[in-house]
Amino acid sequence: MLLDVDNLRTYFHSRHGTVRAVDGVSFSLGAGETLGVVGESGCGKSVMCMSLLGLIPQPPGRIESGRARFGGVDLLACSASELRAVRGCRISMVFQDPMTSLNPYLRVSTQVVEPLLYHKGLSQPAALEQAIAALDAVGIPDAARRIHAYPYEFSGGMRQRVMIAMALVTRPEILIADEPTTALDVTVQAQILERVRTMQRELGTAMILVTHDLGVVAGVCDRILVMYAGRIVESGTVRAVFGTPAHPYTAALQKSIPALHRKGDPLYTIGGQPPDLRREIAGCAFAERCEFAVECCQRPVELRPLTAEHWTACTRRLAGDITLPGAGTTSR
Amino acid sequence: MGNDRTTDVATNPAPRARADGTAGVPEQGTSLWGDALYRLRRNRLARFGLAFSILVTVVSFIGPYCTPYSYDATDLVYGAQSPSPEHWCGTDTLGRDVLTRILYGGRISLTVGFLATAVSLVIGVLYGAVSGYLGGKLDAVMMRAVDILYALPFTVFVILLTVAFGQDLRLLFLAIGAVSWLTMARIVRGQVLFVRRQEYVEAAVALGLGTPRIILRHVIPNVLGPVIVYATLTVPAVMLLEAALSFLGLGVQPPMSSWGVLIKEGAEKMDIYPWLLIWPAAVFSLTLFSLNFLGDGLRDALDPQGARD
Repeated sequence: MLLDVDNLRTYFHSRHGTVRAVDGVSFSLGAGETLGVVGESGCGKSVMCMSLLGLIPQPPGRIESGRARFGGVDLLACSASELRAVRGCRISMVFQDPMTSLNPYLRVSTQVVEPLLYHKGLSQPAALEQAIAALDAVGIPDAARRIHAYPYEFSGGMRQRVMIAMALVTRPEILIADEPTTALDVTVQAQILERVRTMQRELGTAMILVTHDLGVVAGVCDRILVMYAGRIVESGTVRAVFGTPAHPYTAALQKSIPALHRKGDPLYTIGGQPPDLRREIAGCAFAERCEFAVECCQRPVELRPLTAEHWTACTRRLAGDITLPGAGTTSR
Repeated sequence: MGNDRTTDVATNPAPRARADGTAGVPEQGTSLWGDALYRLRRNRLARFGLAFSILVTVVSFIGPYCTPYSYDATDLVYGAQSPSPEHWCGTDTLGRDVLTRILYGGRISLTVGFLATAVSLVIGVLYGAVSGYLGGKLDAVMMRAVDILYALPFTVFVILLTVAFGQDLRLLFLAIGAVSWLTMARIVRGQVLFVRRQEYVEAAVALGLGTPRIILRHVIPNVLGPVIVYATLTVPAVMLLEAALSFLGLGVQPPMSSWGVLIKEGAEKMDIYPWLLIWPAAVFSLTLFSLNFLGDGLRDALDPQGARD
């Protein structure tokens, strides 16, 4: 496995108590694989990604436990200089908002070239040539001239392309994309995801794609992690998780997709609020919003295999007590 | 900043097919600095300020070589003459040419102003940026040090220095430099606290860049706007400080001249020989005015949202 994350816990210690943003997450990522991470806002998706690259502000954040093995180093325990050598070179990250992720005072060329100069030790002309090729590959017209422009001269979609080019210019082994298309409009979203897919195939890069758009996951990913309250509640191949969801939360998320409703029907929403992460949650975190919850859901749960490629943290589903409607049965 | 000028390259890929259709569009977009310079050039007062400051500087540094008199050559026969074709600004009670002394004094006053500002720029920006970017305990310690230095009464500080080390122009530089970087450090730190939370800084960290590189390349350029404005306003403030010290007799000592010394000498005799006060005071005030105009213009140019038009 390219990346092996084991029992990652990231807590934030605030005045108002300890927030368990990521609470015992384990997963692995194979070379060239695309892993989707879905869940509501505030369920720890981004914090999990930031933890892997050591981008959690400390304090108040702290990585309480866990290992993330990546090519012989433990990303969570290695020295700052080892981590710097990995960041932006072997693991790159694309942020959510392209409008604020580029430095407004520096030309795009300066910023795209930076990782090449810094990590690969290329000369300025060689790096510039590669940077132009990278911008070209993400679909920026007239890249050789455009590269000398300033960020304000680019639209949001174009800036996100620049960010992606910047992330992929060093040919990283893993690309972490934290909601890369959330800030963009729908037509641009599809174009950008398509570009990323193409580049990914060419370079053999694995990707962790964080999103709350289930449609994107279904279209792009090989495997999915469904997160809730800082824990993984279900994981498996896209086919397994979407075809036969094995956790009530996944099923409820699916039911909430407006496109799957008959026109005129009230839209489905999951009742209640995600739990307060400052509270210790002993049993299943979703129990208080779950229509299938019974007393045994208050006992500790853990992610267990249903089949070899489909894991769930729902005790009742594991025991075979309940059957959940899959995507096929909710659609008209 | 600059979002209002966003151009979508996808819809206008060709350089000459921009929406405004102007011919000869620049091949490379203007930087935010370029934009600011453009706005500064349209500001008449600022342009005047810049031109006058440059003029005064050039004349002060070249002028003393062109006048036929030396700044300390006394000529008691011609003592205290009113302005004449030989002595354009008259002579003082010891017969020294006032114009030469003004030019010579300008050299010292301007040197003090610019040098102290340069010192405050380098120390203040680096200190503030490091303190703000690294944060935590280090930030607290560094800022408390600034607070302590702030608490020193400046005049007492200078008097102590002169008492301990004697009259020395270098001491004056040192004293002013030591005090003027404090505010700069605070301003920079405040700005950096904001900038370091910006996503592009986080993105730079995610790119694996080292801390010094991030501070120098990504943080400092983004705080330079307010820094430049403050620096421009520091020059006249420091010159005023020097004048005040010289006026009190703590700064530049006769026969050397500075604008502060000249104004002091002029003020003592202003009811009999008014030109001794009028000329140096006029040059000094005009210079301060133009530097302040320039600073105001720069502030408007670098902060387009705050500008009136």
